[in-house]
Amino acid sequence: MNTPAPGADTVFVDPLRQERSRKKARRDALIGIGSLLGFVAVIVLLVGRSSGWETVQKTFFNGDQFVESFPGLVQAFWLNVRIFLIAQPLILIIGLLVALARTVKSPIFLPIRVLATLYVDILRGVPTILIIFLLGFGMPALQLPGVPSDAIFWGTAALVLSYGAYVAEVFRAGIGSVHPSQTMAARSLGLSSFQTNRFVVLPQAIRNVTPPLLNDFISLQKDTALVAVLGPIEVLRRAQIDTSSNFNYTPYVGAALIFIALTIPMTRFADWMQVRSSRKRRAGGVA
Amino acid sequence: MNQDSFITVDGVWKSFDAHAVLRGISLNVAAHSATVLIGASGSGKSTLLRCINALETVDAGSIVVDQELDVTAFDADFDAIRRRIGIVFQSYNLFPHMKVLENITLGPIRVLKKSRKESVDTAMELLRRFGLEAKTHDYPDRLSGGQAQRVAIVRALAMEPEIMLFDEITSALDPMLVGEVLDSVRELRAGGLTIVMATHEMSFAKEIADQVCFLHDGVVWESGSAASVFSNPQRPETQGFLHRVN
Repeated sequence: MNTPAPGADTVFVDPLRQERSRKKARRDALIGIGSLLGFVAVIVLLVGRSSGWETVQKTFFNGDQFVESFPGLVQAFWLNVRIFLIAQPLILIIGLLVALARTVKSPIFLPIRVLATLYVDILRGVPTILIIFLLGFGMPALQLPGVPSDAIFWGTAALVLSYGAYVAEVFRAGIGSVHPSQTMAARSLGLSSFQTNRFVVLPQAIRNVTPPLLNDFISLQKDTALVAVLGPIEVLRRAQIDTSSNFNYTPYVGAALIFIALTIPMTRFADWMQVRSSRKRRAGGVA
Repeated sequence: MNQDSFITVDGVWKSFDAHAVLRGISLNVAAHSATVLIGASGSGKSTLLRCINALETVDAGSIVVDQELDVTAFDADFDAIRRRIGIVFQSYNLFPHMKVLENITLGPIRVLKKSRKESVDTAMELLRRFGLEAKTHDYPDRLSGGQAQRVAIVRALAMEPEIMLFDEITSALDPMLVGEVLDSVRELRAGGLTIVMATHEMSFAKEIADQVCFLHDGVVWESGSAASVFSNPQRPETQGFLHRVN
């Protein structure tokens, strides 16, 4: 067997070991697939042989109903997408501002700090759907001049306020995750406290919290359906209407599929970001 | 007040919670000289350096730079102080999200309000001088410990300070890399910068120090020229410390 010269820039693995680990990998893959197939078979048998399966199939997985309702659902989903696209940037702005407000130390800003803390405590403590009810029915009832009474407006506002509180906490954790020695180094260069935040702390904080933020936005994507309680015809409301007019639940399954089609790619993306950022941090060391 | 003193530390106390680290320490540093602080961990070396740079507020006493700039005043202009005094830390503390060049030009651009071009020119000149030119566009995670520490030195120098404080800058380094960092300090010493350095590198201290201060129990326990402190220590604590580290 030839051994490469010491110090040569090469990777050397014993061919016998390589062959054996390759065989093991192949065997593991086969066992995994077999186990998965067996599991699926058991589920199919159990569900298929249950006495209610035929009814469920007719009412939830009806092909004709699916084809009939699906285009309308997709169309209604566009409203969810718009709510999401408008809410997301607003949430980021509110979250960041509130997080920053909670970190300022100057005594003159105490009212701002107190307000920010109250906002987070209250909005995080109340279920999102309750906030939607309160704003959606309460604000238009006030009949204030210049205040819109549109259900979509107030539904979106409620989502923004509720998620803003969560995202503020994520940002605050991110700011806390930047080591104090970074602040010290920045201050030692003469940077003001504002400049230190702007150029040193926040860029690192935002990078650290991007994966958890993505998770929150996946959640927001689904929660756009909560606006349905106020009446706007988004995808869930559309499915509800179709369902009650045909006495068939297939449109609900269609709506679920539409959400999944959007959230699964985003979840994978978030996973990927998470892996990447943890790898980066390990490589970063103490620098 | 000693008229030759460039940095005058007078009776400074500093405690963290109930633990007093500095206990009325006094110390004079002449302009363009190198003062080396030695002493066991916890003797107050780092804390003193941070107080000189106003990164820590003192509990009592005063630190005056250049007879006029009171670092410890309540209304001190901290930004002005830090512009005149640079500090390099044990753990480099480079900004990991910025390339080497950006790390160095951040201060000159944002604090000294220099133009980008001028800042980059100065940075490049310094990088060349310290043999780091090839690293200009790398992120800090691509640097060895020695390179990272030299970048940290360059970053502090780019602010054109009159005083440089070094806080055990070789303690986190692989022994192989200590030399290159000490070479940089040697060069600054030759350039006439006022240096205050906390270190455990005794042979280096012997070489560059005009004044050696042995810190013990939060005060300067014994001080003098490198020759007198190292070769002929007077107090038993100094003798014991030197015996342990040699």
